Amino acid sequence: MSKPSGRTLYDKIWQSHTVDILPTGQTQLFIGLHLIHEITTAPAFDMLREKALQVAFPERTFATVDHVVPTDIRTRPFLDEQAEELTQALEKNVRQFDIEFFGLGSDRQGIVHVIGPQLGLTQPGMTLACGDSHTSTHGAFGTLAFGIGTSQVRDVLATQTLAMDKLKVRRISVNGKLSAGVYAKDVILTIIRRLGVGGGKGYAYEYGGAVVDRMNMEERMTVCNMSIEGGALAGYVNPDTTTFEYLQGRRFVPKGADFDRAVAYWKSIASDADARYDDVADIDGPQIEPTVTWGINPGQAVGISEKLPRPEELPDPEGAKRAYEHMGWQPGAPILGTPIDVAFIGSCTNSRLSDLRAAAKIARGRKVDPKVRALVVPGSTEVKALAEREGLNQIFTDAGFEWRSAGCSMCLGMNPDKLKGREICASSSNRNFIGRQGSPGGRTILMSPAMVAAAALNGKIVDVREYA
Amino acid sequence: MANVNSDTKITVVSGTALPLRGNDIDTDRIIPARYLKEITFARMGEYPFFDERFDADGKPRPHLFNDPKHKGAAILLVNKNFGCGSSREHAPQALLRFGIRAIVGESFAAIFAGNCLMLGVPTVTVPASEIDKLMQMVEHDPQINFTLDLQAKRLFSGGEVAVAFDVPESARKALMEGYWDSTAVLRANLDKVKSVAASLPYMAGFKP
Ligand code: SF4
Repeated sequence: MSKPSGRTLYDKIWQSHTVDILPTGQTQLFIGLHLIHEITTAPAFDMLREKALQVAFPERTFATVDHVVPTDIRTRPFLDEQAEELTQALEKNVRQFDIEFFGLGSDRQGIVHVIGPQLGLTQPGMTLACGDSHTSTHGAFGTLAFGIGTSQVRDVLATQTLAMDKLKVRRISVNGKLSAGVYAKDVILTIIRRLGVGGGKGYAYEYGGAVVDRMNMEERMTVCNMSIEGGALAGYVNPDTTTFEYLQGRRFVPKGADFDRAVAYWKSIASDADARYDDVADIDGPQIEPTVTWGINPGQAVGISEKLPRPEELPDPEGAKRAYEHMGWQPGAPILGTPIDVAFIGSCTNSRLSDLRAAAKIARGRKVDPKVRALVVPGSTEVKALAEREGLNQIFTDAGFEWRSAGCSMCLGMNPDKLKGREICASSSNRNFIGRQGSPGGRTILMSPAMVAAAALNGKIVDVREYA
Repeated sequence: MANVNSDTKITVVSGTALPLRGNDIDTDRIIPARYLKEITFARMGEYPFFDERFDADGKPRPHLFNDPKHKGAAILLVNKNFGCGSSREHAPQALLRFGIRAIVGESFAAIFAGNCLMLGVPTVTVPASEIDKLMQMVEHDPQINFTLDLQAKRLFSGGEVAVAFDVPESARKALMEGYWDSTAVLRANLDKVKSVAASLPYMAGFKP
């Protein structure tokens, strides 16, 4: 067999977006789409004003508010003065620099990584940047999407480019078929557990294999979303008919003959069949169980039927000890049956319509354990409307879940939805870091939305397959 | 915002060190999310590791960043995958404004290292065994003065120790030649940027 010599999607997009090689040896990369929100951008706009710079391509930047917005009472001004101040700063900046804004009150507002795809802004073959680490979500479309910091936001605003070093590409094939009750979230938690939270350093992850091929776009987004939790700056899936069908008819997607030309282009940027990868990893789909985290990073995860691992069995025993110290659990104990105080269904990982449907299927006709505070937070105002149209809100509220408006909510402690004290939260979000959900002593167990719903009903961690 | 580092060309960082043990220290720990609600970076220097340094009543707890022995340290020593998680530039801003001018570790998360570079803070890597030796040295004698030399790619201490470190060549050049504050360099190419934009079919909505 001859040596593979084809190019990956990563190689192709990198090449077509290269502006120049800088004196440092870095590549100046054109950024096709820039998404911004109220956090991480105010100082960037201040820097522009200080240097008297304009936004180079204002029509390629889109803004929304998600992180600090309350998900219950949304009257202005917000009770939280800082949240109000940040929101006003963004409102002022988008006006001054002529940037399209999906603000509070717009039916397009929502978590930045939910609305980009939903509006058809995110498209295959593009480069995309956003001042948020979960920008990797957009890779589900065959987009090269990077999370960046505030100074880089300034650079994208001022030049529509970034100075970057090229990554290597690791192909991750998830083979076979998933069993019932196993979701995209379990797939990505398994990948991170296997390859490590730092395992993706220096890589972009290309996800493929029969399991990923069969996934719908929302499931692919869940997988790509957490690439960064595996240390990979970007993750992507090659675009295919599933991608094109999802995009057709969305607001910012070309129509008619333009759409046909777009599809031809999108097909051309997929990885070649004989693409050369820097590394490969294979994951056995049928072996994946409903997976939950037990520690303080997303790689500290176990299958639901497993016992909590002994620190000595793990690559980082010291880190595991610290995790046990925070969680207050013992190695060797089962994770099944762990009591919870809070259940959170939401975040850019799992707050789309299919996630809410999966959770509603479990919750229908049942009741949340009275000890549990349970929240469902749709990822966007549009997801909320679609869910209400099919009556999902009714299923949730009948069961005792609170039904909220779109935002980041309890994914992070920047808005009124927070854990208190040592509460344990079953969460469909992406980070179980200490303090992440707003209480320094709070504890987070990551899992799929269906698993969160099942935990809410039982007041403890259960195996969702018993409901399947 | 004014840049805290006044020199644009950075070749050498000198000072005492702070040995912070632990792998996978995430940016939520470095700076809790509630401080991201501040509209500027101005006060970030007060907050690094806030929830570990202070109890619920604001009373200081034993923590390296509170330890008078390490006051004024300019070089942070860390282990693996430091700065993972959220892309918040507030994390390196907090460390820089606290006084940290360079970070030496086993490895760094990608976005964090990129953010540090944008602020002129070198993040350089040495093998695990070396970082452990360095940490032990500093734990034994917090007053040891180090010089991180990007030209020599070595960390010197009092002439006795010279640890070779790795740093991406592009970052080394950017720091030494003053290109780390990248806006001007990128802007110089605006004409080329426009021609690349024009070559991408999606920029014109795939119109023929
Ligand atoms: S939902 Fe959570 S992870 Fe996603 S953008 Fe919001 S805060 Fe970040």
